[in-house]
Amino acid sequence: MTAVQASALVSGPGYVEATRNGSAGFDVEGVRRQFPILAEAPYAKPLVYLDSAATSQKPHAVIDAISGFYAKDNANVHRGVHYLSERATEAYEGARAKAQGFLNAAHTQEIVFTRGTTESINLVAQTYAKTHLGVDDEVLITAMEHHSNIVPWQMICTERGARLRVAPIDDAGELLLDELDALVGPRTKLVAVTHVSNVLGTINPIRRIVDIAHARGARVLVDGAQAAPHLNVDVAALGCDFYALSGHKMYGPTGIGVLYGRRELLEEMPPYQGGGDMIASVSFESTVYNKVPYKFEAGTPDLAGAVGLGAAIDFLDGLRHEALAAHEHDVLAYGIEALSEVPGLQLIGTARAKAGVISFLVDGVHPHDIGTILDREGIAVRTGHHCAQPLMSRLGVAATVRASLGCYNTRQDIDALVAGLNAVRETFR
Amino acid sequence: MSSDLRGLYQDVVVDHGRHPRNFRELEGATRTAEGVNLLCGDQLTLYVKLGDGQIEDIAFQGVGCAISQASASLMTTALKGKNQEEALALFGRVHAMLTEGPNGEVPPEELGKLAVLSGVWEFPMRVKCATLAWHTLRSALESESTGDRVSTE
Repeated sequence: MTAVQASALVSGPGYVEATRNGSAGFDVEGVRRQFPILAEAPYAKPLVYLDSAATSQKPHAVIDAISGFYAKDNANVHRGVHYLSERATEAYEGARAKAQGFLNAAHTQEIVFTRGTTESINLVAQTYAKTHLGVDDEVLITAMEHHSNIVPWQMICTERGARLRVAPIDDAGELLLDELDALVGPRTKLVAVTHVSNVLGTINPIRRIVDIAHARGARVLVDGAQAAPHLNVDVAALGCDFYALSGHKMYGPTGIGVLYGRRELLEEMPPYQGGGDMIASVSFESTVYNKVPYKFEAGTPDLAGAVGLGAAIDFLDGLRHEALAAHEHDVLAYGIEALSEVPGLQLIGTARAKAGVISFLVDGVHPHDIGTILDREGIAVRTGHHCAQPLMSRLGVAATVRASLGCYNTRQDIDALVAGLNAVRETFR
Repeated sequence: MSSDLRGLYQDVVVDHGRHPRNFRELEGATRTAEGVNLLCGDQLTLYVKLGDGQIEDIAFQGVGCAISQASASLMTTALKGKNQEEALALFGRVHAMLTEGPNGEVPPEELGKLAVLSGVWEFPMRVKCATLAWHTLRSALESESTGDRVSTE
């Protein structure tokens, strides 16, 4: 049984059912034609883009939505009484409604637009955590977190005299749930965990973590940056209190992201930044803050970015989730199998439930040398510590090569990667 | 393989990357410095034994890609017996070769064996891999103490 097939055994809310249906029902060539950048030819080689976990490429629909907003709808939102301001407000709030639908949130007020996952997490750290963490209270994260789900908690824990604790993982890159369970105590105020690991591809059992945390009165924030492009994210089914994502990793533009938060939590949280749009009334003596979500959106937001994110959500919806998930799992399973057969190659991260990411090492060749040689073959991979240095220490490696997948990747891309790795072995034989 | 890749990974580079020379801790080192490349995690510790302004011995330890290891290895072989001024002058010439390329002021052929690193110039993302050891050298030679830390970021 392959690692990917096994993921069906641990499926549940928020999980993608693994199938062996391959690409049936998924027109990957049609999808590829929607991404103009795939026609680029670095070093006169066809582009093989295997770095979607860093940022995904953008379909015409997203590029056109951004340019269309500036060409036809541009004005500031929530302010003007004029025609364009109304259109811009409609477009911006329309994007919020799309994000609400995408996440299955109960209310549009639960969708806060941010600059991305990093800002979403910082927002919660600087508002919710700031007002709920006391001396000796605890925030629990895991050993597989991205720096953006470590450092904001370190900062606020230092400020409040609270402790940051870390749930361990096993050598396959799976969270040790019993250990996590034992670490959630009466002082735990918040559990912050990634849905999908950006280095290992591990899909974490969020619903079970939420049940453990809620049973002891702790809130749960989920870093969904890597999950949003691959999984059917349903915050109601997951039961989490906060969910953070980035537009640019799910075929949308950079500079826009979402923080989902339960309405009752958002309402009691203090504002994040002060400025325009986040107020109801201002005098020099005092200010009454606006209602949620506007309380958290000080200043003119990235309007075109939100519209682009809305277009990306429409694009993903149009792919039909089951067909997309089956296609991506087919390419992932094919990739894991093909790379396993490359002599001297060691896969890093062999969790039973995985999405989108294959990390590996090649015996005797440093990841950066591999990255450079693959690059000249037109193959884009990421090499390095992937902004997860504590995880690298846990794994005992300085760096890995990471091939990460998007909706446009094919088995042929994997074949090109394997051929590229043969060129690597040729150079370092 | 493309010709610029062949220029980057010349046999000598691959050899020194895989079997770095003077790769050890140096007993009696009078200067040490640590170099790190924060972006990629490359790290090296350079040991220099100076006597009467001469580099009597030089060695290094660390982890990194073939380019950074080969550059450090080739550097140690080139510097043994040189005095401080000569070593710093060589730093300047190697740095120029790596950052300015063949049209720079220093033709690679004037650098002897170190010329095998001339192909790095065509790979802007990899220049700092090759310069790490050299920046660490400069730090070691220009400081009076031991234990300095430099970064190529």
